[in-house]
Amino acid sequence: MNYLQLLQLAAPETIVTITMLAVLGCDLTLLRERSVATRFRFGGLISIFGCVLAAIGLWSRMQVNHDAAVPYHSDLFNGFLVAGPVTDFVKIALLVLTIFTILISTSGKFTDHVGEYLSLILLGTVGLMFLVSAEDLLMIFISLEFASLSLYILTAFNKHNEKSSEAALKYFLFGGTAAAFLLFGFSLLYGISGSTNLSEIARSLSGRGLDPLLVVAIVTTVIGFGFKVAAVPFHLWAPDTYEGAPTPSAAFIGAGSKVASFYILAKIFAIGFIDSTGSAVWHGYVSGWMPVVAIVAALSMVLGNLTAIVQFSVKRMLAYSAIAHAGYMLLGVLAGTPSSLSAMMFYVITYAATVIGAFGVVTVVEAATGGDALANFNGLSRRAPGLSLCLLVFLLSLGGIPPLAGFIGKFFLFSAVVGVGENLGLLWLVILAIAMSAVSFYYYLRVLKAAYVQDAAEDAPAIQVPFLTLFALVLLAALVVVLGCAPGLLMRFL
Amino acid sequence: MNHWLTILTLVPFLGGIVIAGLGAERKNLVRGLALVTSLIGLGGALCLWLHFNAAEGGLQFVEKFDWVATLGIQYFLGVDGLGLLMVMLTAIVTPLAVLASWNVSDRPHVYHALVLWLQAGLFGTFTALNFFHWFMFWELGLIPAFFLIKLWGGPKRSGAAMQFFIYTMVGSVALLLSFLAIRLATGSFDFIELAGMARSGVLASKLSATFGWQNIGLIIFFGAFLGFAVKVPVIPFHTWLPAAYSEAPSPVTMLLTGVMSKMGMYGFLRILLPIFPEQIRQVLTPLLWLAVATIVLSACAAFAQKDLKRILAYSSINHLGYCLLALFAAASVATGVTASDLQKAAALDGALLQMFNHGLTASALFLFVSLIEKRSGGLRGLGDFGGLRKVVPVFTGLMGIALFSSLGLPGLNGFVGEFLIFKGVFPLAPWAAAISTIGLLVTAIFLLTLIQSVFCGPLNARWSKMPDLTTAERFLVLPSIALIFVLGIWPQFILGKIDATVVNLVQQLNF
Amino acid sequence: MLAWTIYITFIGVLVLMLLPRDNARAARIVALLTAIAGCVVAFIGAIQQTHPGEVTTITKIDWVPAIGASYYLAADGISLVLIVLTGLAAVTGILFSWNIEKRAKEFFAFYLVLIGGVYGVFLSFDVLLLFVFYELTIIPKYFLIARWGSTRKEYGAMKLALYSFVGSHLVLIGLVATWVVAKGQLGHASLNLIELSKVSFPLAFQHWMFPLVFIGFAILAGMWPFHTWAPTGHVAAPTAGSMLLAGVVMKLGAYGCLRVAMVLFPEGAKEWQWAIAALAVAGIVYGAGVALVQKDFKFVIGYSSVSHMGFVLLGLATLNTIGLDGAVLQMFSHGIIAGLLFAVVGRMVYDRTHTRDFNDLETMQLGKKLPFAAITFVIAGVASMGLPGFSGFVAELQVLMGAWAVFPKLTILSGVGIIIGVAYTLRAVQKGFYSDAPAKASDSHEHPLEPITIPEKVGAVMLIGASLVIGLFPGLLMNWIEPCVKSPLFERLLKGGSL
Repeated sequence: MNYLQLLQLAAPETIVTITMLAVLGCDLTLLRERSVATRFRFGGLISIFGCVLAAIGLWSRMQVNHDAAVPYHSDLFNGFLVAGPVTDFVKIALLVLTIFTILISTSGKFTDHVGEYLSLILLGTVGLMFLVSAEDLLMIFISLEFASLSLYILTAFNKHNEKSSEAALKYFLFGGTAAAFLLFGFSLLYGISGSTNLSEIARSLSGRGLDPLLVVAIVTTVIGFGFKVAAVPFHLWAPDTYEGAPTPSAAFIGAGSKVASFYILAKIFAIGFIDSTGSAVWHGYVSGWMPVVAIVAALSMVLGNLTAIVQFSVKRMLAYSAIAHAGYMLLGVLAGTPSSLSAMMFYVITYAATVIGAFGVVTVVEAATGGDALANFNGLSRRAPGLSLCLLVFLLSLGGIPPLAGFIGKFFLFSAVVGVGENLGLLWLVILAIAMSAVSFYYYLRVLKAAYVQDAAEDAPAIQVPFLTLFALVLLAALVVVLGCAPGLLMRFL
Repeated sequence: MNHWLTILTLVPFLGGIVIAGLGAERKNLVRGLALVTSLIGLGGALCLWLHFNAAEGGLQFVEKFDWVATLGIQYFLGVDGLGLLMVMLTAIVTPLAVLASWNVSDRPHVYHALVLWLQAGLFGTFTALNFFHWFMFWELGLIPAFFLIKLWGGPKRSGAAMQFFIYTMVGSVALLLSFLAIRLATGSFDFIELAGMARSGVLASKLSATFGWQNIGLIIFFGAFLGFAVKVPVIPFHTWLPAAYSEAPSPVTMLLTGVMSKMGMYGFLRILLPIFPEQIRQVLTPLLWLAVATIVLSACAAFAQKDLKRILAYSSINHLGYCLLALFAAASVATGVTASDLQKAAALDGALLQMFNHGLTASALFLFVSLIEKRSGGLRGLGDFGGLRKVVPVFTGLMGIALFSSLGLPGLNGFVGEFLIFKGVFPLAPWAAAISTIGLLVTAIFLLTLIQSVFCGPLNARWSKMPDLTTAERFLVLPSIALIFVLGIWPQFILGKIDATVVNLVQQLNF
Repeated sequence: MLAWTIYITFIGVLVLMLLPRDNARAARIVALLTAIAGCVVAFIGAIQQTHPGEVTTITKIDWVPAIGASYYLAADGISLVLIVLTGLAAVTGILFSWNIEKRAKEFFAFYLVLIGGVYGVFLSFDVLLLFVFYELTIIPKYFLIARWGSTRKEYGAMKLALYSFVGSHLVLIGLVATWVVAKGQLGHASLNLIELSKVSFPLAFQHWMFPLVFIGFAILAGMWPFHTWAPTGHVAAPTAGSMLLAGVVMKLGAYGCLRVAMVLFPEGAKEWQWAIAALAVAGIVYGAGVALVQKDFKFVIGYSSVSHMGFVLLGLATLNTIGLDGAVLQMFSHGIIAGLLFAVVGRMVYDRTHTRDFNDLETMQLGKKLPFAAITFVIAGVASMGLPGFSGFVAELQVLMGAWAVFPKLTILSGVGIIIGVAYTLRAVQKGFYSDAPAKASDSHEHPLEPITIPEKVGAVMLIGASLVIGLFPGLLMNWIEPCVKSPLFERLLKGGSL
């Protein structure tokens, strides 16, 4: 194994890192004198360019190996860096999401440190990309922390708003604790199995039944990742963080980080804990990680949706909805079959796109009206028709209305989950999910009501939407609609 | 195939539409057109009468087309003696009603259109032989009647109209449900076919095959019975009638009592008797009681009334009660079993005759009441008048003729029907006939009381200047009075046409 | 060809969105032309179908092969009837909304999206596609009511949307479960209705799935006791909204009950037959009874819709050919008549008098001031009562016949419902138009009521004409419905019933 191979395999990540350095460099030297907006645009352009390059690289790698009868699979350092068609595609998705995040952040007015901000986003992306291609406990932990660190700082970026620092601190403290749990669990796993590679762990654990230490390891893993994806009862950081962080950061947290976390969570459970699944079938409880995840999922769905109903700040509402959606996605992990994992990834990716869009709209509204309460959205359809149309698409997709991507994602997910277990054993979870989904419709509709039904204040002027943001939002909305009508386009790769 | 009957029904319907479109301004045009249309109807009915083959007991002028084949709905028209009689009655009473309404000034176009539509509904009911469109015309007659009462009636018209409509609808719904059950079991809506099935016993077996209830036949019979009982009306389903008759404008009451009440009796004769003779026989005693109650109680009630129209309203119930009596008595024994066939024929002859005669007489009476109302400014209480014969002798004389006919004086048309009925019923149901004679007695009492209070006695000073009948009015009442005499002396005029039909009807009772 | 009804409608939406903002007139004309085009296509397409007994495929493209979903549009006799209804309702709804000025463009855009979704539901033979179109209609409904409605519009809109959503999610659960079980039986994933109808689902499965899916759809059909959204929603909606809601959208629910729940789970339907019939009759009687005591004119009509939909559900519950025939015909008939009733109450009366309270209307002598409205309401009222000569009678005739065969006692109870129906209709006629109450003194100084406009007259005549034509010549529609009910698709269902 030589470093050339490493470079080849890690080319996309390298490109992104170089881009990050370029952005930082440019901003610190050349663009010092320009306005924040110009710097954002320039920096954004460079970052996007870099991400596009990386994506193209990944794409061509996928295409080259596409014709092979057996999907390619490279493995470096025994699991530290894995490449395969699905992994590469998830990375492409991450990069695309990052591009959109950067696009909506270009209109931001919350900071002067443009270069730092953009590079932190890119760093976070790098961390997530490494996370996605890790199949070794150590690498997982390192990349997770790497990504999280950038996310913490991104959260605190708004120096003018004390909520931002509070949010970041909460996030950090929670995150640190969760990381500690995770590390503890990982070390136990290492102790039990003698290896940090997921497949080897699975091999050595097979046939051993449910070791008490294994139980602890499972629980702590769930805690660690549960925190990351904001599942109940590890969700307490989410509402404050989503509300306090500058909106593009919140978008990034809610989108890219979720995609990566779920992917790796699924991998760990599907590969690593493959033997200790247990069962969460109705009246058929068997100890294992499935019941635990099932409970967490159920609680997330219920709590997330019910609490969202009473929120009047749109960002907090989106936070609680994120918690709820995490619940749905955990269902996909639960099912464990390849089709359910693809369904879950479809759902996560489209969810991420939708969330970025939603937060993008909130950014604009916040900037124009000074707040993100429901009342700030009044009359949006008159003041910014294109923007509210995008909002309509995003919120309806989150609510699960056909023919949008959110609906199809839910349908795939639920059908995959119901298919698992004899006699439709997991139907109870799906019924809960669908019921809660119906509940969610109410609070999404409330925002749309404000936008379309209520009238704005008498002298409210039309809102000028920055071009890049509008471009990004329209593109995202179109993506959501297209993927809803022709989900095959995305499913092919999963 | 001829289309006499369709044309007969269509003419007043189209006439009504034209008149409704004319607008409220052209009053005389409206009235004239209404009169012409109803006279065309009369002409048509006369043609039918003349071309009717009296020797044949079955249906004539038949029109039969498939309409909605899958539901067993056919467009089936035809008249036998019974239908012809009713058509004739309608054709005679309607022009009289139109003439009596000459002075209606509030929206006359709507008024006369409604009258003509009512006539169309009546023609349709009396000629239809498939349940679907028979029921259609049955119900369609209700709407014009409702609005005629509601919009041009007396002070309590809203309640009266509502009551009338809802009561009748209750009966209609019961009727509908019964016939749906029958259709379900037998696959037929055709009255003639169903009568045939009843005669041969097929109906009963089909009903029990489909439903499996013990007494399904009876239950269905009750449903149909209710539908017609409300219309006749049979006591105790009569409570809508006094209000409706008294609140409706008198020309409308002419139609209500003259023809619409016959719809119920027609239903009994055309539908109930041929299709459910077995069931009638099963519950014969209660039915006879009902008929007797109708006769006696309504006469007593009429005696207690103080409003002229209400007296006549109850009297109507009483007169139709005799027809009921005849009908139920005729169903009491199977045909061909004993020599009671002649009596049955007599009873049914009497019933038909009574229907026609009462229609004429009652409408004439209400015509007279409307003439009184015109002169008294709406007053029509018994006590409001007195000694009128001194001021309006012609009026007294003519109304007196009508009143005596209603009483049943021999020589006038009211007598013949009642005579035949009792002749037929006494042997068949002696005690019922005996008790019913009380009705005759009480009728005599209240009618004579009426004559006494209104026409005789000291002259009520208020009416000393009451004008007598004008020439136009004399011509108006002339046809009715003439017919009262003619039919009283020469009932064969009608009996000749309906004899064969009655024999046919009697044959139906062969169970 | 029939698929163009959907496409034309959505093209109309796009054109509307491109129009300049405040030009109400242009918006109306575009909307009307679109609706007329859709209606004409519907009629022509329907007449062209020579075999209503068979399911005639219009389009079939693979959509998501992984789950067996296809873009499968097809039509059989029942679809044709309902498509024609939608066409008529669409056109007349726009005619009766001719006076909308505020944000007309958006109003008609939402309206046309709703219509397009409805066309889609009636033409879909893939269960997922049907569901997609079904849910698609919820959003425009919400906005139409919340923005352009009247009494408690926001509450009514939210209630309606949430109820519909809950109902459709119940269906979704059933759908997902069905898909899984069918996959096991068929060997491959499929959402094709025809294929799914051939699957024999286990009885225990049907025992739970049938009520779930049926109730999910029946909520939208206004089945008692899930009907409470209907009166509130209908009253809150603007006239065209109520016309569509009561006229067409409630039929979506009933259609779903028949096409999905009953076809897929025939044994389940047989098992739950009595329960459905009982609830249906409860709806008939309850709806009528409550309508009898309302003070608000529109509420009377709203509850009467619940009562009439009870007949549809009763017909469905009979599981015999006559009852099903009657149910479908009643769907059509009630669609027309309810549209007419709401048009009179909402557009002709309320838009002019600005009150729907009988106490106020009684003093207004509307029978004299708005004779056209009065006569139209009387005609609509008698049609709704089930007077022979109008479409409602033939439909109720068949439903009752079918019901006699299976539920004699319940049939008699529905007869009571009919009578109460007569009562509340008469009461409404009386109080709304022909009251004896003396006119208020101030009325003489009031400006006269605006006369009935041409679009209203045209719309009224169209609807009355449709009801009359079908009432006198029911064969026109029966020729489509009957062969369809006897087709293989409904074979297993009918085996449960007796005729």
